[in-house]
Amino acid sequence: MKAIMTVTAPDRVGIIAGVCSLLADMGVNILDLSQTVMEGIFTMTLLVDTGTSSHTFDEIRTALITRGEKESLVIHIQRADIFEAMHRV
Amino acid sequence: MMLNISDIMQTVSMIDHQHLDIRTITLGISLYDCADPDIHTCARKIREKICRKAERLVAVGEEIEREYGIPIINKRISVTPVSQAAASCESDDYAVIGHALDEAAKSCGVNFIGGFSALVHKGFTESDRKLIASIPETLAGTELVCSSVNVATTKAGINMDAVRMMGQVIKSTAGLTADNGGLGCAKLVVFANAVEDNPFMAGAFHGAGEPECVVNVGVSGPGVVWRALQDVKGASFDVVAETVKRTAFRITRMGQVVANAASERLGVPFGIVDLSLAPTPAKGDSVARILEAMGLEACGTHGTTAALALLNDAVKKGGVMASGHVGGLSGAFIPVSEDEGMIEAVKSGSLSIEKLEAMTCVCSVGLDMIAVPGDTSAETISAIIADEAAIGVINNKTTAVRIIPAPGKNVGDSVEFGGLLGSAPVMRVNEAGCGEFVARGGRIPAPIHSLRN
Repeated sequence: MKAIMTVTAPDRVGIIAGVCSLLADMGVNILDLSQTVMEGIFTMTLLVDTGTSSHTFDEIRTALITRGEKESLVIHIQRADIFEAMHRV
Repeated sequence: MMLNISDIMQTVSMIDHQHLDIRTITLGISLYDCADPDIHTCARKIREKICRKAERLVAVGEEIEREYGIPIINKRISVTPVSQAAASCESDDYAVIGHALDEAAKSCGVNFIGGFSALVHKGFTESDRKLIASIPETLAGTELVCSSVNVATTKAGINMDAVRMMGQVIKSTAGLTADNGGLGCAKLVVFANAVEDNPFMAGAFHGAGEPECVVNVGVSGPGVVWRALQDVKGASFDVVAETVKRTAFRITRMGQVVANAASERLGVPFGIVDLSLAPTPAKGDSVARILEAMGLEACGTHGTTAALALLNDAVKKGGVMASGHVGGLSGAFIPVSEDEGMIEAVKSGSLSIEKLEAMTCVCSVGLDMIAVPGDTSAETISAIIADEAAIGVINNKTTAVRIIPAPGKNVGDSVEFGGLLGSAPVMRVNEAGCGEFVARGGRIPAPIHSLRN
């Protein structure tokens, strides 16, 4: 399943590394990634494929949210179709 | 990346901060095959069928919520109007069926079940009379059952006998649920031009032209529209309309994606997306505040009707292209107790029943979730229903009345219903009598423009 992940937090060193290594540990493939800092807030969006993982979508989602809470990151992961539907005619 | 970062963050922010959600996934279920002369057998068949068909509804809804990251506030069931499904029962006590619906809804884990209903716009069957007589007891004795009665259509005119009867039914329902502020009345809608595929409560039922089982989805999103209007302060109405349209398109697209997913996973055909702006009592989720964002100091002041007309029309125009099939009520809802801005407008004296009535000429539904003094007569309530029905019949649109004569309460008091039903400030009604008018009975004929063939 293709999903969009967003990560927001006050900018600091190592956010990308932390999130990406967790995804790698769970076998989630990153298809695309873009990142910016807006007014001191780190904002990253990733297009990922959860189909490469042996974990279910729910397990991946829970692991990300748990990690996010521990490290003060706001993480969302949602199926990609919803974004395409909302922003493409 | 195929999508740009600001579009993605905009969607996330709509959900996180602007209360964007799917208001309801409603599963419509036909009960025609549950008919039986013995009412207890009929009730058992109804209970079993609902539990079988809706077994996975809540689980599937929650699965979609998690995968798409979109809250789905309500999972609900609508059924064939009970006056039709139970017509062959040799019993007068349709509350038995009401209890079966309540048990089925609880067992499926849904939060409301609609369809304790009768369609009497042209006249009553024996079964319709039994159903209407059972409404107060059923609404008092059940938790999740919603009831509706259609008393008028543009094609048939207004059944004034039914209008008179519903004033009395509303008063009895308020009396039987007096301990809860007349809560039973919050689950009872009197319609003109009721639609067969409405996913919203309390007025949902599964109409005669509907398939065996169907998924209908109601979207929401007043907070998102309000936020979008903050960016166009002072701009012309052309810009306002365009902004609402674009926002409605996005909201509806999300509804369509969820509807498709629900339909596929439940193995049930997709019916419609209802393009409604449905408010909640939460701050930032109000239709009244959208109208105010167009430049009005308080909802209800002069200009409110025009603002609502623009909003209602732009929501439809934006939404219609975003969905394969649009239906239900589709428009802005203006329930008083369920909208933080409306409550405030009533409390400040800016919004009256008369102004709300004018607003119902240009938007979806009608006088909705309005509390009036507990000593308001049945005749006055019937006359309020007649006025709303006339607006619906003449304008060829759905109108409805969901009114609570709050026992023991007067103007200035409030009634707390809690949850999505919110809190209703008691509104003033015109106290001049209308008893003789209501007592006439009979039918107000269909208007000339009903003859379109």
